[in-house]
Amino acid sequence: MKKIATDSRPAGPKPWYDPRIRSLVFQAITIAVVFWVGWVLIDNTLSNMQSRGISTGFGFLDESAGFGIIMHLIPYDATMSYGRTFFVGLLNTLLVSAMGVVAATILGFIIGVARLSSNWLVAKLALVYIEVIRNIPLLLQIFFWYFAVLRNLPSPRQSVTFGEWIFLNNRGLYLPQPLTQDGFGLVTGALLAAIAGIFVLRAWARKRQLATGQTFPVFAVSAGLLVGLPVLAYFLAGQPIEWVTPELKGFNFKGGFTLIPELAALWVALSLYTASFIAEIVRSGILSVSKGQTEAAKALGLPNTLTLRLVVIPQAMRVIIPPLTSQYLNLVKNSSLATAIGYPDLVSVFMGTTLNQTGQAVEVVAITMAVYLTISLLISLFMNFYNRAVAIKER
Amino acid sequence: MKNAKSIAVGAALIAGAFTVSAANAATTLESVMDKGHLQCGVTSGLPGFSQPDDKGNWTGLDVDTCRAIAAAVFGDAKAVRFTPLTAKERFTALQSGEIDVLSRNTTWTLTRDASLGLNFAGVNYYDGQGFLVSKSLGVNDATELDGATVCIQAGTTTELNLADYFRAKGMEFKPLVFDTSEQTVQGFAAGRCDVLTSDRSQLAALRSKLNNPDSAKILPNTISKEPLGPVVRQGDDQWFNIVKWVLAAQINAEELGITMANVDDMKKSDNPNVQRLLGTTGDMGAKLGLPADFGYAVVKQVGNYGEMYNRNVGPGTPLDLERGLNALWTEGGIMYAPPVR
Repeated sequence: MKKIATDSRPAGPKPWYDPRIRSLVFQAITIAVVFWVGWVLIDNTLSNMQSRGISTGFGFLDESAGFGIIMHLIPYDATMSYGRTFFVGLLNTLLVSAMGVVAATILGFIIGVARLSSNWLVAKLALVYIEVIRNIPLLLQIFFWYFAVLRNLPSPRQSVTFGEWIFLNNRGLYLPQPLTQDGFGLVTGALLAAIAGIFVLRAWARKRQLATGQTFPVFAVSAGLLVGLPVLAYFLAGQPIEWVTPELKGFNFKGGFTLIPELAALWVALSLYTASFIAEIVRSGILSVSKGQTEAAKALGLPNTLTLRLVVIPQAMRVIIPPLTSQYLNLVKNSSLATAIGYPDLVSVFMGTTLNQTGQAVEVVAITMAVYLTISLLISLFMNFYNRAVAIKER
Repeated sequence: MKNAKSIAVGAALIAGAFTVSAANAATTLESVMDKGHLQCGVTSGLPGFSQPDDKGNWTGLDVDTCRAIAAAVFGDAKAVRFTPLTAKERFTALQSGEIDVLSRNTTWTLTRDASLGLNFAGVNYYDGQGFLVSKSLGVNDATELDGATVCIQAGTTTELNLADYFRAKGMEFKPLVFDTSEQTVQGFAAGRCDVLTSDRSQLAALRSKLNNPDSAKILPNTISKEPLGPVVRQGDDQWFNIVKWVLAAQINAEELGITMANVDDMKKSDNPNVQRLLGTTGDMGAKLGLPADFGYAVVKQVGNYGEMYNRNVGPGTPLDLERGLNALWTEGGIMYAPPVR
C-alpha cells in the first residue's frame, strides 16, 4: 500500500515552491538579519568608543563612588563602590513603586466604586477627581506636591509637633523609630501564630458552612487574632520595644525615622495619578458584569455586600486585571520622574550621578534599561499568574 | 515575498543609519566649515557665564569663548549656535558629536580628561568650591556645618568635593541633588536645605537670583580647585589646537595691551609679538588651518581676555568678581599663555 502510494504520487513541488521550505528559509534569513544588526550595532559602538578614547567595561562598578546619597535603605557612605550606588538607587525605586502600587490600588478601587454610587454627590465627586487628575501631566503634579505643598512647611526650628514625638517641617516628617529589645521574638512568634491560626480558622469555617450552612464571622475574628495576639505577647514579654524619638540638634532633627519630602511628594503624586486610571478600570470591570447576575443574586436573597463580594467582584476581576497590570507597569516607569525633584531613585543616582562621574554612559544606560525591563517583566509575570487564577474557568 | 521585501528595505535603512559614523570621520574643522556655524554647548542659564536674555541673545564668559572661536574660524563672532545643556548631559553631547565644543564652566579633572574621550583646551576661569548659607543661620565658617542639608547640582565635581570635605572633617551632611542650578536655588530659597554649594563664581551668580540677595552670604572657605575651561573631543588634534590657541591668543593680547579699541592701530605696531598675533607677519594662522589674521578677528570682535572678563563677571557687573587668580601672571594672577611664535 505504502510503497504504491509513494510511487504513484507525482514528484513534489520544486523546493522554492514548497511552502514549508520557503517559510524555513525566510525565518532563517530573518534570524540572520536580526543577529547581524545586533552584532553591527555592538561592534560599531565599541569601535567608535575605542577610536574616541572612551574607556569601556564594567570595572568602574568596583571603584569608590565618593558622593553622598540623602536616603538609603541599605548602609551607604561615600567610600563605597559605584555598584553599591546602583543598589541604593534600585531599592529607592522599588520602595516608592511598591508604596505607590498599594496606595493607588486601594484609592483606585474606592474611587471606582464611588463613581458608580447611587449617591449623586459621591458619584460626581469621583468623576471630577478622575477627570482632573488624569488630565494633568504627572510631572506637573509632582512639582505641585513638592513645591506648592511641601515646601510651605515651616523650618526645622518652627516644626509642627504632634504630641512630643512626631515633628513635621520642610525637611520631612520625623517619627519615633522602634528599636527591638530582647524578648521581641515572642511578639514575632505571636504574629506568625495568629497568621497560621487564621488559615486554620478559614478552613474550619468553610467546612462547617458546607456541612451545616451556618456562617462564621471569619473576618472579624481574624482581625482580632492578628492584632490581639501580638499585643498580648508584647505586654507579656515586658514591652520589649524602645522608641528612639527625633531631637532637634544643630541644623536638624536627629534620630528616629524620617520621611523626606521628596519621597512623600513622589508617592502622593504617583498614587493619585495612577488611582484615577485604576478607578476607571474598576468601573469598567464592574459594569461589565451583566445586570442579570445582580438580579439573580438578589432573587436568591443575597444581601448587597455579599452580592458584591461573591458575584460581582469575582467576575469583574477578569476584566480588571489585564489593564491593571499596565497601570502598575506605568507607575514603576513613571517613578523615574523622581529625578526632577531630587528623590534619589535609580535614574537619579545611578543614571545621573554615577553615569556622570564615571562617564560610562553606554554601560550605565544599558544596566538601567535592563533593570526596568526586568522589574516590568516580573510584574507582568506575577499579574499573569493572578489573572489565570481569576480568569473564567471553562468546563 | 512581501516580508522579504520589507526585511530588505529595513536592512538597507539600518545600513544607511550606520554610515553616519563614517561621515564623522571628517575633521571637526571641516564639518564646522560645512555647517557654516559653530555648535557650542553652554549652560541652561548661569549669569556671567552663559545666559540668554529675553531676545535669545546669549552673553557670558563661556559664551564669549565660543564667539572667539567662531571669529577665528569664520571671521564672524556671530556664527555660533548655542546648545543649552545640564551638567549631566554635557559630556554625552560632546562625545556624540552633537556639539563641536563644550564651554560650560566645566572643571578639568584627570578622570574627565583621560577616560571620557575628551580634551581640555585650557582654562578660562580659575575657580574653587564654596558655600552659600542663609545669614539667619549664624554660621561663619564651613567647619560649623555638621549635620547640614546641602543643595547641589547633579553631575558636578562639587558633588565629590563636598563628600570628601565633610568626610575629612568628620562631619555629616545630607546631599539634596537637583538637575539644574536653577532648582538648587529654588531649594535653597524655600529652606529645603541649609547650604548651597557650588563653584564660588556660580555662588555669586546664584545669590543674585535670590529674592533678597542680602539674606544670604558666601562663607570664606574654598574647599577645592576648579579650573574651568573649554572642552573638545579627543582624536582631532587640529581642532584641539585651534580652541587652545584662540584662548591663548586672547590672554596674550591682554598681555601685549591689544584691545578691541586699539587693535586696528596695533596692526601697525613694530612689536614682532603683536605682528605675529595679529597676522601681519608670519603664518601662525595657516599652521592651525585658520586664516592668517585669526588673532585680529578674535580681538576685534570679542576682545582680549581681560575685556571678556570685565564685561561678564568683573567688578561693576552683577557678579562683581575681582580678578584674583584670573589676573595675568604679570599682575599677580596665574593667567599665563604660551607664546604665539
